[in-house]
Amino acid sequence: MKLNRTEYRSLYQKASPSSPSLRNVPAAFVTGGAICALGQALKTLFLQAGLTEQSAAAAVSCALIFLGVALTAARLFEKLAKWAGAGTLVPITGFANAIAAPAMEFKTEGFVLGTCVKMFSIAGPVLTFGISASVLYGLILWLAGGAA
Amino acid sequence: MIYLKAFLVGGLICALSQILIDRTRLTPARILSAYVVLGVALTGLGLWEPVVRFAGCGATVPLLGFGYAMAQGVRSAVAESGLLGAFTGGLTAAAGGVAAAVFFSLLAAVFFSAGDRS
Repeated sequence: MKLNRTEYRSLYQKASPSSPSLRNVPAAFVTGGAICALGQALKTLFLQAGLTEQSAAAAVSCALIFLGVALTAARLFEKLAKWAGAGTLVPITGFANAIAAPAMEFKTEGFVLGTCVKMFSIAGPVLTFGISASVLYGLILWLAGGAA
Repeated sequence: MIYLKAFLVGGLICALSQILIDRTRLTPARILSAYVVLGVALTGLGLWEPVVRFAGCGATVPLLGFGYAMAQGVRSAVAESGLLGAFTGGLTAAAGGVAAAVFFSLLAAVFFSAGDRS
């Protein structure tokens, strides 16, 4: 079958699932906002429990990550993510899911080569770029003569 | 009030991301990586601090906040221990989140399976 460029494009668009932005964007807004508000509530709780500002922030991350992994394990995250899209992907819960989901899914390929390797298939690039960017920033600060 | 701000700013970041996903078909790995790097860059330029002060967790819970935490960690580590801090600061700040995600995911993989995706 020979196709010119426009024919290919129309076939490609027909074959790729369309995302109806009108529904997706508000869903992402509400879900993402709700997760952030939940984070804020947790932070207030941790601060009241006597944690420092920095520890409270780290504790919020850990708690939301636990929630993300738990929802993934209960197979609820998938359903929520289908509806909320970026609303669950972009908050730190999405990072948790990106590690937990392949860890569970690739169990069939073995514990080491499946679970332990595949759990970093999305988190790996995130950590590589994140760490490299932070080192680069640190080097710039150091060269600029110490931090503020 | 801070809850409303966190909701609005966090929601806005997610809504913009959704538009980005719908328009570009970027994969999650690329989007998450881009956000962490963007978080480091915005913090380095001093642009994210005001957003965090305004919206609290609305600015720190999205993955941009992961980059923000790493950049902040690097800044104080460099101030404290110089060149070595450039290498220790970022991961130290991210340690809690990364360790929690890896450990809980390992537990999840041991005790649960993904099941068939039909």
